[in-house]
Amino acid sequence: MIPASAKAPHKQPHKQSISIGRGTRKRDEDSGTEVGEGTDEWAQSKATVRPPDQLELTDAELKEEFTRILTANNPHAPQNIVRYSFKEGTYKPIGFVNQLAVHYTQVGNLIPKDSDEGRRQHYRDELVAGSQESVKVISETGNLEEDEEPKELETEPGSQTDVPAAGAAEKVTEEELMTPKQPKERKLTNQFNFSERASQTYNNPVRDRECQTEPPPRTNFSATANQWEIYDAYVEELEKQEKTKEKEKAKTPVAKKSGKMAMRKLTSMESQTDDLIKLSQAAKIMERMVNQNTYDDIAQDFKYYDDAADEYRDQVGTLLPLWKFQNDKAKRLSVTALCWNPKYRDLFAVGYGSYDFMKQSRGMLLLYSLKNPSFPEYMFSSNSGVMCLDIHVDHPYLVAVGHYDGNVAIYNLKKPHSQPSFCSSAKSGKHSDPVWQVKWQKDDMDQNLNFFSVSSDGRIVSWTLVKRKLVHIDVIKLKVEGSTTEVPEGLQLHPVGCGTAFDFHKEIDYMFLVGTEEGKIYKCSKSYSSQFLDTYDAHNMSVDTVSWNPYHTKVFMSCSSDWTVKIWDHTIKTPMFIYDLNSAVGDVAWAPYSSTVFAAVTTDGKAHIFDLAINKYEAICNQPVAAKKNRLTHVQFNLIHPIIIVGDDRGHIISLKLSPNLRKMPKEKKGQEVQKGPAVEIAKLDKLLNLVREVKIKT
Amino acid sequence: MGETEGKKDEADYKRLQTFPLVRHSDMPEEMRVETMELCVTACEKFSNNNESAAKMIKETMDKKFGSSWHVVIGEGFGFEITHEVKNLLYLYFGGTLAVCVWKCS
Repeated sequence: MIPASAKAPHKQPHKQSISIGRGTRKRDEDSGTEVGEGTDEWAQSKATVRPPDQLELTDAELKEEFTRILTANNPHAPQNIVRYSFKEGTYKPIGFVNQLAVHYTQVGNLIPKDSDEGRRQHYRDELVAGSQESVKVISETGNLEEDEEPKELETEPGSQTDVPAAGAAEKVTEEELMTPKQPKERKLTNQFNFSERASQTYNNPVRDRECQTEPPPRTNFSATANQWEIYDAYVEELEKQEKTKEKEKAKTPVAKKSGKMAMRKLTSMESQTDDLIKLSQAAKIMERMVNQNTYDDIAQDFKYYDDAADEYRDQVGTLLPLWKFQNDKAKRLSVTALCWNPKYRDLFAVGYGSYDFMKQSRGMLLLYSLKNPSFPEYMFSSNSGVMCLDIHVDHPYLVAVGHYDGNVAIYNLKKPHSQPSFCSSAKSGKHSDPVWQVKWQKDDMDQNLNFFSVSSDGRIVSWTLVKRKLVHIDVIKLKVEGSTTEVPEGLQLHPVGCGTAFDFHKEIDYMFLVGTEEGKIYKCSKSYSSQFLDTYDAHNMSVDTVSWNPYHTKVFMSCSSDWTVKIWDHTIKTPMFIYDLNSAVGDVAWAPYSSTVFAAVTTDGKAHIFDLAINKYEAICNQPVAAKKNRLTHVQFNLIHPIIIVGDDRGHIISLKLSPNLRKMPKEKKGQEVQKGPAVEIAKLDKLLNLVREVKIKT
Repeated sequence: MGETEGKKDEADYKRLQTFPLVRHSDMPEEMRVETMELCVTACEKFSNNNESAAKMIKETMDKKFGSSWHVVIGEGFGFEITHEVKNLLYLYFGGTLAVCVWKCS
């Protein structure tokens, strides 16, 4: 704390130098000194104030000395304090006594300059002083020079002012705090330097909206409640209850029964949680109705249309395209098998796969109905292509399927899931090459279902369904005859023959034909596994189909990729008829209604219908049916309707109606007795064959 | 003799008639059952203070089914009220009490 007297002389020289140089700054400095001057004047005017009760003493009395010795012992402290000790059970003197005595305390109000509080006060006072100064400066601008001199004078009697200033030490220190000591300290921002801005936006116009809802409906109700009415009501209720009880007793058995019925209903309801099945039935009917409407013209054609132009055409006929069947899921696959259902004459099965060795992928089995050409009735998909299929005659819900990977499987149409009911595996003797044909057989001695399959691996296998398992028996292993001799050193290699097709004789149970990739056809017996009954050098390329005539028991037909269809008498090693169709023949099929009619499809997209009774040199119908460059792969006659279905390698199936000329014979036959039919058919074909036979014998 | 029989009947009647007997209601099934149970609870709880029972029923109904319910409980009274459709229950309880609960705002 710097006394005021010391501060003033320090300030003045500094102030003077500035006052000479700049007029403007002077004012500030002057105003700064003004405060110092003020204090001096104020201190001078102050006189010592004495309390009224102070003793008036003489100098001698004042100079008299009183000696006092201060000791650390408190004269009032007790010396003999005793306290009861619970530990020892006696009173004991306490040696230690507190000697501290407080005579006077005062709370000071001095604040160090450097403390926060001190600074705060400092600024506050500075602000107040500042405002005062500015007022003073305005009034004193006129006599600046006069001011400077008295200031110098006043500094000299600074020593005089010391005395009163010292007397009022506290006030001086306060003064000290107020004066601006540190001019470098950053200035406090002016709290009052601010501007106010305001703006107004448009007020949105206010609009009233009201709506009223209808009050909830109300009605009136009135009644009177009193004791007798309440009583009556209860009595009535009691009587009712008693009556119902009696009734219940009388009808307990009935009630129980009805309860049981309810229970049964409940359980049946529970079992039908998948009510979708019910719905699906209705949906199916609906779908068929829609399809019937959509394909109404086709349905009309199927039933009633006969090509009137046939009357004027001589012995040739046409094929009328009807429904086309295709499915997006089988788009890239080719039709590898077709088979009509023997019981439901509008239903047929289609196998999808691929004949291309390089493009093998998945396979599908679809069952279409003529009643719904837009979507298949059943759908099964498999990982390997389906190459062949057959539907059991007595169990039309069982479909045997042969796959490209050598497996055979049985699908059950009654089972809703899409997996085969039975399937062969690598362990249970599956084929090692594609299965080219499967055929159901009559049930064996133990009434087990069984079927045969033929594959490129040269095996013909009989599969029997025993106790829900497929059991296999190798019937025949095909060998290429005569090729064993080529290998020297006694090693006998038996190149296997690759079976591609077979057909079982309609009457002679054990006899069947096998077509091979080498073009040979073997006549085999189920009982001789090592030997063939006969061998025909049929074709130059692989045999695609062999098929017995449905009427004549000696006649069969074969077709091959070497462009030819050949008709044989199994007792003669050379073919009876040969037809060259100028393209690889995919499939041939005998018509079910005539012994002399058959259909063939070729890879150039044409369907050929032959009737040997009409023309034994050329087809009576030769018509392109496939779209674009699609190759036809298979053909099948419907068993009763005059239509054929043709499949191509793009997954399309086309149904075609035979024009009247193509089925002339059966119509005539239908007029006669049914039993006579077969005999006549046989005779008809025999007549034809005899012509050829005679020629053969002659040559 | 007649008097004693009458007394006996009376006792029988009181013993038997503890169930609530709905005289009139247009409430939905669920609501009616709930309200009935509430009435029984209230009347059994405040068997000798109809006012408290009515108060309890009203407050509970207000909470459960929205405000402005009215309840009248008494041994003998006549009334004609206007109520919101599907919000009325008039029942007898305990052989002597009639309870009418309805909503009207």
